[in-house]
Amino acid sequence: MKKVFGRPKGLTEVPFSFCPGCTHGIIMRLIGEVLEELDIIEDTIGVSPVGCAGFSQDFFTCDFVGGPHGRAQAIGTGIKRALPDKIVFTYQGDGDIAGIGTQHAIHTAARGEKITSIMVNNAIYGMTGGQMAPTTLAGMKTSTSPHGRDLVINGHPIDLPKTIATLDGAVYVASVSADSPKNIIQAKKAIKKAFQVQQAGLGFAFVSVLSTCPTNWGLSPQDSLQWLRDNMMPVYKLGELKVAEEVKNL
Amino acid sequence: MSKRVLLKGNEVIGQAAIEAGCKLFFGYPITPSTEIIEYLSKHLPKAGGTVLQAEDEIGAINMCYGAACTGTRVMTASSSPGMSLKQEGISYCAAAELPVVLVNVNRTGPGLGGLGPAQSDYFQSTKGGGHGDYRLIVLAPSKSQELYDMTLEAFDLAEKYRNPVLLLTDGFLGQMMEPVELKEKPPSPEVDKSWIVDGAKGRKKRIVASYSLTNEIGEANNLRWEAKYKDIKEKEQRWEEFYAEDADYLIVSYGTTGRISKSVVLNARKKGIKLGLIRPISLWPFPEKAFIPYKDKVKGIVTVELNTGQMIEDVKLAVECKVPVHLYRRQGGMLPTEDGILANVEKVFNLASEEV
Repeated sequence: MKKVFGRPKGLTEVPFSFCPGCTHGIIMRLIGEVLEELDIIEDTIGVSPVGCAGFSQDFFTCDFVGGPHGRAQAIGTGIKRALPDKIVFTYQGDGDIAGIGTQHAIHTAARGEKITSIMVNNAIYGMTGGQMAPTTLAGMKTSTSPHGRDLVINGHPIDLPKTIATLDGAVYVASVSADSPKNIIQAKKAIKKAFQVQQAGLGFAFVSVLSTCPTNWGLSPQDSLQWLRDNMMPVYKLGELKVAEEVKNL
Repeated sequence: MSKRVLLKGNEVIGQAAIEAGCKLFFGYPITPSTEIIEYLSKHLPKAGGTVLQAEDEIGAINMCYGAACTGTRVMTASSSPGMSLKQEGISYCAAAELPVVLVNVNRTGPGLGGLGPAQSDYFQSTKGGGHGDYRLIVLAPSKSQELYDMTLEAFDLAEKYRNPVLLLTDGFLGQMMEPVELKEKPPSPEVDKSWIVDGAKGRKKRIVASYSLTNEIGEANNLRWEAKYKDIKEKEQRWEEFYAEDADYLIVSYGTTGRISKSVVLNARKKGIKLGLIRPISLWPFPEKAFIPYKDKVKGIVTVELNTGQMIEDVKLAVECKVPVHLYRRQGGMLPTEDGILANVEKVFNLASEEV
């Protein structure tokens, strides 16, 4: 019988350990497919952070480095500066890259570091059990904002891709979502382009992927997807936020 | 090929790093260490390397982490408050067993402190510094030639043991100019690099990380590191003895104060006091072996330190409290004088009357 669907070569045989309905697995699969399609598995070094995204080190077939919370891009910078001909990517959650690691997010982009960063935004700290993240929406209930995020006390959520797009060194910035087949196809295109930008040595490429966390949102997988559409999409606008001239010619 | 030059201590470290084959330097400016990044910014690119001024100390140490994962020789340098910021990353480097060379040009503390020389980071340097149970190999030079020689050696030691090595100097050594012989580095020994990440071409993927998913794995890791530290403790204790063999009394002091203490020993000998010096060169592993011949022999020990008394604890352990151990210290960037140290030695051991 002809095999019509299987694991991409970019993923190992290790089964995903995510909660039911979590979209991390979809996003990792997209990256695994891109690594295979661009034929860069053997040239790529991934960097994993702390949190649910930290498990990524086991799921990809390329070399991986795991580091402290928020520091993946600094580590990625060190790897890329040592091995400029290799492909380096970071796979980070929103709390990791937009909270404890913000300084690296800003400066990696400003330097035009020739790496690719993927941010998985589920508006919450997942692994620690659903605390407020820098991306938690106004009024959203979490275990550390039990009455809903109060903008007076906690301030406003950060739209990181929008911020990164303002920096000259970032040449490709996209905000995508893993909620529907149509958006997943868009997400894959953006992720692929973000790796192609690096292959061409054009500068820093950043893709934010809206993601669900049914366990900590307290919703079913189905309802989580709808909640993402109704609540996150109006705040975190989808689309290619920045495509520099040199990237358009890719 | 060997050349005698006059350089600032910090510049000597930079030149030695280039000679040692350091290809990447990640740092952030802080007095009194800044000449290291300045010197390397000027000279490392000519040697095919790169200096990257990071967004902060945290960025710098994690860039070192990434570069070291590829087997590339890498260094960072800072001074006390900056070293505090690096501690998280240093703990991760120790856990991932990465050969990173670190330099701390110790200034005063706590807090912002001042720019003068200090040894107040002894505990931070030798007892771990960051979270978890780990050790750095810590070398303490006392003059420019040692800054050069120990920087060269630090890279080899780091690779040999797959462990971060810290060169602990101070604001005095860093800023002082004195002649130094720029010796050519002997070839480094071959080391195993079958652990590095450089793309899984024709081999299985590798992961460099330190996360222990189970307590069983966690304990196995701790035991592995412990065995390595024990090995280092056995093989890498270094110290210098100066008029120690027949001494009734010993000064124990490292770095800048170790150097000053040599003059104190000579002055004491002129007065008929049989004073000697043990100058620890490796602060971790602490040279316990140096004290074996003396702990049942000498009448007393004075440690001379630029802190409230940190190394004294290791000295007391090394002599198993068989010898009275006193502390003479200056702090806040002040240095002791030769006369001040000798007067203290005479006072604590009632030696003034023995004077001839």
